[in-house]
Amino acid sequence: MARMKFICDDDRCIECNACITACKNEHEVPWGVNRRRVVTLNDGQAGETSISVACMHCSDAPCAQVCPVDCFYTTSDGVVLHDKDLCIGCGYCFYACPFGAPQFPQDGAFGNRGKMDKCTFCAGGPEEDFSEAEFEKYGRNRLAEGKLPICAEMCSTKALLAGDGDVIAKLFSQRAIQRQLNQEEPNNSAASPKLWGWKTAYKD
Amino acid sequence: MFRLFPFLLLLSVQALADERTFWRQVREGVEGYSAVVGVETNKLIQASGTQWLYIRNELIAGTGAWVLALTVFALACFYLVRGKVRLSEPRSGEMIERWNKKERWLHFYTATLFIILAITGLSLLFGRSLIIDWLGHEVFASFAEFAKIIHNYTGPLFSVGLALMGLIWFEDNKFSQIDWLWFKQLGGFIGNKHPSAGRMNGGEKAWFWLLMTAGFLVTVTGLNLDFPNLEQYRLVMQISHIIHSVAALLLIVGALAHIYIGTIGTEGALEGMISGKVDKTWAKQHHDLWLKALEKKSSADNDGQQNTESISQKKAEIPLKK
Repeated sequence: MARMKFICDDDRCIECNACITACKNEHEVPWGVNRRRVVTLNDGQAGETSISVACMHCSDAPCAQVCPVDCFYTTSDGVVLHDKDLCIGCGYCFYACPFGAPQFPQDGAFGNRGKMDKCTFCAGGPEEDFSEAEFEKYGRNRLAEGKLPICAEMCSTKALLAGDGDVIAKLFSQRAIQRQLNQEEPNNSAASPKLWGWKTAYKD
Repeated sequence: MFRLFPFLLLLSVQALADERTFWRQVREGVEGYSAVVGVETNKLIQASGTQWLYIRNELIAGTGAWVLALTVFALACFYLVRGKVRLSEPRSGEMIERWNKKERWLHFYTATLFIILAITGLSLLFGRSLIIDWLGHEVFASFAEFAKIIHNYTGPLFSVGLALMGLIWFEDNKFSQIDWLWFKQLGGFIGNKHPSAGRMNGGEKAWFWLLMTAGFLVTVTGLNLDFPNLEQYRLVMQISHIIHSVAALLLIVGALAHIYIGTIGTEGALEGMISGKVDKTWAKQHHDLWLKALEKKSSADNDGQQNTESISQKKAEIPLKK
């Protein structure tokens, strides 16, 4: 059985934020909620690194461990989903999550949290596939349509990879090996010229 | 090429080390930039989340359950062994006012809110492991949602009660030498001694100060957790949550003991808080110094009254003389 994962190639991400826009559009997420975000480290300095981050669908998810109403579940594809009908909006998953994935729309006075919303790996929720209720609460169920998450599908530099963990990990390691080859033997005709990265562009 | 090799190796080792430091810093929660507007959106990883999860799930919920269970067990054992602390002399029938109407209202106002807060709070902490199995997910979730709202809204009302208690009972709860002796004799719970006490005995004072200190912590952290729209960092919320739960558990342990002593533990204690009046025998047994002070005061008052009476009589006499 496939185990779904996201990998973001920090050498490729150019911080275009298109993954966020695509996600918001695809799922019509509520105002103020961002299921995905791009974080740029060392912004404007040598070694600037951008990474797109959302729910990482952990195998032993902290959110699921802390939830007082036990509303999380992991699908057979290894996608961590939650039941909005059970969620009470306590915010504990947000405190526990290392990636800041859970989001809360404000509901009522005093900043009272509404139902938690997070990246579903475009896999909908516990409602019936393609139902209106599912779309309203969780967004589109692309996985059931046989498609991969929209953020990775439309990533222009293919920095963001989504899919079966084994497949995308192989893809990523091939990239890493190729880069290392290029770096070590820049004049080797078998290796492609080094065309990526900060050093190539700016020479430190 | 071979001459350069060690140098190249050094370079790549250096690059690796840099890479390692970089990612370690990211794991530790280094901040960057994000176009997404919000609190801490520029933080890729927050390290404290898993630590908070461990403290909440293992230490607080794990140890807390044992502490509560042991408290109930200890109280039950104490009741079985020692039984009710009865009046050592027959009732005199003479009633003395111990708690005025305001004090009684304040006590039961705060107590009711405390019980509501304790039940709703404990449901969030232990509900998943204790209640979900027999209520089912749907029923428990709807109860928990209701509990969360009730907890959030009654919290500040409880704090108002606490603050008023602090104001009206502060004077009575200053520790003195007598309280030390009271604690030395274990408050008369063990054996048949009746240690001296003023209006509040050592135990009541200890409970008062636990309420004031832990209550203060619960209030401050609770208000912080009540308003997530103030854009606090997650670390602030995590620390608040830890302090809030530990202080609340301490209060619940204290309240269990307090309720035990005030109801089935001591004869005549509950009627004092309900009617406001206690029997003179009860007062003599549990709060002898308070009773003495009261008697002294009333006799002084009587003297005073006689004085004022005689003055008014004199005053009344004056116009008569005219």
